[in-house]
Amino acid sequence: MASQSPASAEEVARLQRLSDRLRVDIIEMLHKAGSGHPGGSLSCIDLLTALYFSRLRHDPKAPLWAERDRLVLSKGHAVPAQYACMAEAGYFARELLPTLRQQGSTLQGHPVNTIMPGLEAPTGSLGQGLSVAQGMALASKLDGKPFHVWCVIGDGEAQEGQIWEAAMSAPKFELDTLTVILDYNGGQIDGHVKDVMDLEPVADKWRAFNWNVLTIDGHDMGAILGALDAAKAHKNQPTFIIANTVKGKGVSFMEGDIKWHGSTPDDAQTQKALTELRALVKEEA
Amino acid sequence: MAVMKATRDAFGETLVKLGEKYPEVVVLDADLAKSTKSEAFLKAFPDRFFEMGIAEANMIGTAAGLALAGKVSFACSFACFITGRFDQIRISVAYANANVRVVGSHAGVAIGEDGYSQMGLEDVALMRSLPGMVVMQPADDVETAAMMEYLCTHQGPAYLRTTRQKLERVNPEDYTYRFGKAVELRQGGTDAVIFATGGEVAFALHAAEALAKEGHQVGVVNVHTLKPLDTETILRLSEQARLVVTAEDHQVIGGLGSAVAETLAEAGLGRRLVRIGLQDVFGESGTPEQLLRHFQLDAEGIAAQVRGALQGV
Repeated sequence: MASQSPASAEEVARLQRLSDRLRVDIIEMLHKAGSGHPGGSLSCIDLLTALYFSRLRHDPKAPLWAERDRLVLSKGHAVPAQYACMAEAGYFARELLPTLRQQGSTLQGHPVNTIMPGLEAPTGSLGQGLSVAQGMALASKLDGKPFHVWCVIGDGEAQEGQIWEAAMSAPKFELDTLTVILDYNGGQIDGHVKDVMDLEPVADKWRAFNWNVLTIDGHDMGAILGALDAAKAHKNQPTFIIANTVKGKGVSFMEGDIKWHGSTPDDAQTQKALTELRALVKEEA
Repeated sequence: MAVMKATRDAFGETLVKLGEKYPEVVVLDADLAKSTKSEAFLKAFPDRFFEMGIAEANMIGTAAGLALAGKVSFACSFACFITGRFDQIRISVAYANANVRVVGSHAGVAIGEDGYSQMGLEDVALMRSLPGMVVMQPADDVETAAMMEYLCTHQGPAYLRTTRQKLERVNPEDYTYRFGKAVELRQGGTDAVIFATGGEVAFALHAAEALAKEGHQVGVVNVHTLKPLDTETILRLSEQARLVVTAEDHQVIGGLGSAVAETLAEAGLGRRLVRIGLQDVFGESGTPEQLLRHFQLDAEGIAAQVRGALQGV
């Protein structure tokens, strides 16, 4: 049961508009960087926006606050989406965004906790972030601390054996302080997930491992907020939210095309993408 | 009669003592708690012990998460299994700068009958290659306890290597561990100096005694901390000797032998170097005594190799 009342229409609209504005930042950052992962950044930005700007218990001015919620982006290649959220929230100045992937920048190509406070763990070697998130959730439970741990994993990432080791262990510890969100965009470098190494039936698998499993449209802000609340309120089991998403969501020519997993738009493509996104933000205003 | 004790036994007993003193200490194991001896902590502090099952990668990540949330995590398994999850240690522990103590028991051929697949023989090489990773190998029980106390307050990741077999005590009971400072246990090594680590330290001392009876002056140094390496002591004592020797129950590639070779070469110190250890070969089954003899890691084996090399320098 949700611990908070259902999100208001105003709240949903505010977050959706913000998320689409952050999509602009993502495209601009990746175009400037000339490399990176737009597809998986755009597929998870609605999830991250809901967390950072509504449900995450955090303080951008005190990023190491002991009782903060932890957000571990295990699919570390989507970190441009996280940087866009963090700049917007005030963790660091927006002027840093164009330094993504540049030598000497704190905005490394994949998250690094030691140089950017607010990032919880180094991720990007896939499969590892969920175990780290589990350790944090165990600490929360052990100390009776109020913080919750949110971990976003990729669908291709769920092919890693370590994910299934953690899938086995978190229910053993009755880790209701842990919520995993699967960014199920269906694409990975070598092709569609269902062709490369199918996850299905993914809900049944996690249910069989004794998780509380929820399935939502990962671009429906109201549904995202409802699932986050339900996950946090659920007791004695960790929650696994299957967020059905679209790779490249928000940019017409990127949507569903796996070539945008790890390639960045050229000048003309960037202009087209930004025009579309800005029109969307304007429409939502 | 010398005190004989396995460093894994000292590890288990010390964990319990440290658990009382440091409430932030937590322990994880992967179905080897009876063997690594972390089980003693489970009995004393069941809430702070996490049995992770036979899933070492997940154990390492979980240990890192606990550490990043303020704990000091001891993650335990056999040396070969735990360092075999190299990328998890590389990213989730080392790169994260997490206060995880990666504990590898059952180091070396001296585990005996189980054979090569259970022997930690490349673990030091792997751990030594990671930036910021401290690498420690105690020579006896008192050193194990002293090192572990140090590790409760050290900031950053560390690897601790322990043995299955009993080791002869070489340090005084009131021993004080000094981080990164090698201990000269036998001085006056003008003919040869042996830099030894772990179970090889006691054997090196016995070898030096035997060689002394033949007129060879051989010094012995306990290199308990392989990283950061005490290069100052290594260079100073190497300069005073005609022959430099390293002794470790580990591959000579990447271990103490490599570390000393790098140190001598970088300083331009021209000394003949004999690296005692596994010579780029696999281990095998046998009794610990048989295997230590076979690989020339016991006192007789060390003495023979030093004696032979001294004839050529």
